[in-house]
Amino acid sequence: MSVPKKRYAMTVDTRLCVGCKACVLSCKAENDVPDGFCRDWIVEDVRGEFPLLAAEIRSERCNHCSDAPCVKNCPTGASHVNEGGAVLVTHGKCSGCKACIAACPYDARFVNPKGYIDKCTFCLHRVQVGVLPACVTVCPTRTLAFGDLNDPESPVAMNLSSRRWKVNHPESGAQPNLYFLL
Amino acid sequence: MAQSRREFIKIGGVGAAAAVAGTGLASQWWGLDPDVVHDPGTDGEKIVPTFCELCFWKCGVLAHVKNGRVTKIVGNPEHPLSNGRLCPRGTGGTGLLYDPDRLKKPLLRRKGKRGDQTFEEVSWETALDFTAEKLLKIQKECGPEKVALFSHGFGGSFFKHLLFAYGSGNVTAPSYGQCRGPREVGFQLTFGSPVGSPETLDVANARVITLIGSHLGENMHNTQVQDFAAAIAKGATVIAVDPRFSTAAGKAKYWLPIKPGTDMALLLAWMHVIINEGLYDREYVETHATGFEELRKHVADKTPEWAFTETTIRPEVIVETARVIAGARPASLIHPGRHTTWYGDDAQRSRAVAILNALVGSWGRRGGIFVPSSMKVPATPVPAYAAKPKTAQDHPNGVAYPFADEVLSHGVCDATIPGRIGGDGCPIKAWIVYGTNLLQALPQRANVLEAIQKLDLLVAIDVLPAEIVGYADVVLPECTYLERWDDVAPVPWREPFLAIRQPVVPPLFDSKPGWWIAKQLANRMNLGQYFPWDDAGAMVEARLAAGGYDVAALKAKGVVRGKPVPTTTEDGLALSFATPSKKIELYSKQMEAAGLPPLPPYTRHEQPASGQFRLLFGRTPVHTFGRTTNNRFLSEVTNDNEVWLNAKIAKERGLANGERVVLVNQDGVRSTPAKLKATQRIRPDCVFVVHGYGHTSEGLKFAKNRGLDDSALVTKIAVDPVAGSTGMSVNFVSVERA
Ligand code: SF4
Ligand code: SF4
Ligand code: SF4
Repeated sequence: MSVPKKRYAMTVDTRLCVGCKACVLSCKAENDVPDGFCRDWIVEDVRGEFPLLAAEIRSERCNHCSDAPCVKNCPTGASHVNEGGAVLVTHGKCSGCKACIAACPYDARFVNPKGYIDKCTFCLHRVQVGVLPACVTVCPTRTLAFGDLNDPESPVAMNLSSRRWKVNHPESGAQPNLYFLL
Repeated sequence: MAQSRREFIKIGGVGAAAAVAGTGLASQWWGLDPDVVHDPGTDGEKIVPTFCELCFWKCGVLAHVKNGRVTKIVGNPEHPLSNGRLCPRGTGGTGLLYDPDRLKKPLLRRKGKRGDQTFEEVSWETALDFTAEKLLKIQKECGPEKVALFSHGFGGSFFKHLLFAYGSGNVTAPSYGQCRGPREVGFQLTFGSPVGSPETLDVANARVITLIGSHLGENMHNTQVQDFAAAIAKGATVIAVDPRFSTAAGKAKYWLPIKPGTDMALLLAWMHVIINEGLYDREYVETHATGFEELRKHVADKTPEWAFTETTIRPEVIVETARVIAGARPASLIHPGRHTTWYGDDAQRSRAVAILNALVGSWGRRGGIFVPSSMKVPATPVPAYAAKPKTAQDHPNGVAYPFADEVLSHGVCDATIPGRIGGDGCPIKAWIVYGTNLLQALPQRANVLEAIQKLDLLVAIDVLPAEIVGYADVVLPECTYLERWDDVAPVPWREPFLAIRQPVVPPLFDSKPGWWIAKQLANRMNLGQYFPWDDAGAMVEARLAAGGYDVAALKAKGVVRGKPVPTTTEDGLALSFATPSKKIELYSKQMEAAGLPPLPPYTRHEQPASGQFRLLFGRTPVHTFGRTTNNRFLSEVTNDNEVWLNAKIAKERGLANGERVVLVNQDGVRSTPAKLKATQRIRPDCVFVVHGYGHTSEGLKFAKNRGLDDSALVTKIAVDPVAGSTGMSVNFVSVERA
C-alpha cells in the first residue's frame, strides 16, 4: 500500500476572522521578518451602501500553489516545491531577479533586504517538528487551520468537506491551497 | 504592507529584472545551499512564562530568549486567559521592551515650569531622596490625604500599598470614572455584584449575543474575543447596536445603526416587547427578582413605535430582535460593555442592560453572566496600616456619588484646584502618576493642566515619556513587565487560577521595577516595615509557599489551575444576590432612597446641529489607548488613526477619501490633521476615530504627530448623577480640509 504524498493547505474561516492582525505580527516575530515587510496580511472586503452592508475579512499569504507559477518562472531553481507541496525559496540560490514576483498572481513575495526573495513558508521549520505555523497558533479566533489535504481527518480536509469555500483567483490555474471558508 | 510589496517592480521593471536574472545564473551563488528548510531560530535557548501587560487583561505568555534578547512572545497554553493564543498586542511586547524612546534614567526638573520638559538626569538616590522629602513635608504640613495616586495596570499594586501605608485614600484610576464605572454601578445596584475585569461573561456558550456600543474584535480582550469567535462558530446570533458598521457588526445577523445617544430608548422598547409578549423568564424573575410590576408599568408606553422616533430603528426590527433575544434565554447575553461613559446617564443605561439580562434570566446561567471563583493566596504579612486613610477627596463642592465605589480621577483632579473644594479647603498637593497618561485619559484638558500647575509635586513613574511625564517634577523610569516581578495574580474567572509575573531579562538602562521604587520610597519615609521583603520575587515566593503552592512548578509554568467550582446554575451554583433585598432589584429602592430614579428613565440627549457631527471614539485591535502607539513593532500594521465619515456626506462636502482633515469642536478646539476615511460604514450624523493618537510628547519620537488626538476635543462632559463618571460622547465637531 503506497502512502499518499502530503498536500499541506490552510483554511481561513472568514466568519470568524476579526482582522486583528495577530497572525501578521506573530509571523513577523517567528520568522524575524525585517522591518517594513510582512509575509501575511489582512484584506477587509466591505460591500454595499449604508445601511445595507456586508463584510468579509480574510487573512492572506502565499497559497503554496499546486502548480506554482513562481516555481515555473524561477530561472535558478531557488523557488522549489518542498515537503507537503510547500513552496520555498532557497536563499543561496536566489539571484533576486524577481521573475517569481512578476509570476505570482497573489502578490505574495517581496525582496528581503538580505538579498533574496522572501514569503510565507507555511512555517515548515515548525511543521517539520510537529507544531502548527505561528499564525495558526496565535489566532485568538481560531480562524486559521492547517494540515494535510490528503488526510481526510485533518482539520483542513474536514473544513473543506463540511463548509462552503472559495479560493482567490481560481482562473490563474495555479491551484492555490489557501481556502476561504464562507 | 500589500501596496509596498510590488513597489520595487515598478522601480526595476520586469524587463530589468529579467536582465538581472542572467547575472544571477552566473553568480557565485549558483549550486550552493541545497533545498534546506530555513529555521529562523527564534525559539531561542530558554522560555520564561509570565503574563502580559500590553493591556490589563493579564493573558499568560511564554517569552523566548536568545543571547539575552527576547525573540518572541507567544501564548501560554496552560493559562486560562490565553489558551496558548494572544491578541496582536501581546505578540508585540518586544516592541515595548526594545522601544528606543524608553525612559532611561531618573529625571529631575530643577527649573522652569511643569511641561517645559527641561529635565536633568540624576541618580536614583537623588530622585528618591527628593521625592520622599517632598512627600514627608506634605504629610507633615497638610496631611497625607493631600497626596493622590493615579494608577493603571497590575504593577500599580505596590504604589497603592505605599499610599495606604502613607495614609492617603486618594488612590484612583481613570479606568473607573472614564470607562467602566457606570457599568459596575449599574450591575452592582441590580445584581449586587459588578461585572469585573476580566468580565465574567460566558460569551462562548451564549446563543444570542447582543452588543450595544461594544465592538468586540476591535476592542481586543483576548479571551473574550476567543469566546466570541467560539460562539459564532457554534452558530450564535449576534445583534450589534452601533452607529458604525464595526467588525462585530460585520459578524452580526442584525446590525442596528442606532442614532447615537438614544440607546436607552431601544433598551426600554426591548423590555416592553419582552414583557408585553410574555417572553421573559417568568420563573426566574418571580424567584429571584423584585420590582417586576413597577418595571412593567415603567415600560408600558415604551413601544417600538415610540422608540423608532428616537432611535431611527424600525419598529418591526425592534420587535424581531426582542424576540430573538428572549428566544435564546437564558443563554442570551446582553453585553454590559466596557467603555460605558457616553452621555451622562450611563449608570442608568447600564441598569437597563442589567435589567434586560435579568428578564432573560442570564445572570448565573450558562451562556450568560457567570459567577467567578478565584484561588486563595495568603496576604503579605505586613503591619496593619497605621491610620485609616481619610475619605477620598474626589467630591469637591460637596457633591457625592453614593454608589461610586472607587475614587473618581476627575474628582481628584478638581480637588487639586484651590477654591474648588469644600471640606477643609486645603486642596490636593501632590500626584503620583503610575502608568496613566492623564493628559489623554482625563477629559477637559485645560482643567487638568490647571490642576497640574497648582501642585507642589508631580511624580511620574512610567516606561515611556507619555505627555504627563513631561509635566512631572521627578520622573522615575520603571522597567517593563518583562523585566520585573510583580505581585501574584489570583484572577476571578470561570475556573480559579493563579498566575505569576517574573523577569524574563534584566532591566535595560537604569530602569527599575515598580516594587523596588515603592520600597525605596517607603524606606525613606519611615514606612520600611510595610515592605519587609528584599524583592518582590521573595514576597511572591513567601505568599505562594504560605498557601502551600509548589513555587518551582509555578515558576516553570507561570500558572497553576485550581479545581473548578460551579459558576452557573447548570453546573450546580445556587443563586444569591448581594443586594439589600437579596434579590435582583429591577426597581431599585437604594436609588429611590438616594433621590435617584429607581427605574431607568429615557432622557433625550442633545443632537448635533446641521454641519456638526457627534464625535465617537473607540479602539483598534493593535493598540491599547495611547499606550502602545509608539510601539514600532505593532505600528508595522497600524500606525495612525483616520476620521471615519459617511461617504455620502464626504462627497457632499467635496472631501475625498484619504485626504487630510481637521476636526473642530463646539468650543472651537481644532485637532491636528488626520486622514479621512470616507466610508459607508458609519451613520451620517457622527464621526469616529480610534483613541490614543496625536501625541505631542517630544520623547515619543515615533508616535509624535501621528493621527489626531480625540481627547483634546473632549472639552465638554456630562457627569453621571449616579456613578459620578464623565460622559464624553457629548462633543460635536465639524470636519474641515486640513
Ligand atoms: S489572528 Fe486570526 S482573527 Fe486575527 S487577523 Fe489573523 S486570522 Fe484574523
Ligand atoms: S502564491 Fe505566489 S508565491 Fe505562493 S506558491 Fe503561488 S505563485 Fe508562488
Ligand atoms: S488581551 Fe492582548 S494585550 Fe491584553 S493582556 Fe491579553 S495578550 Fe496582552
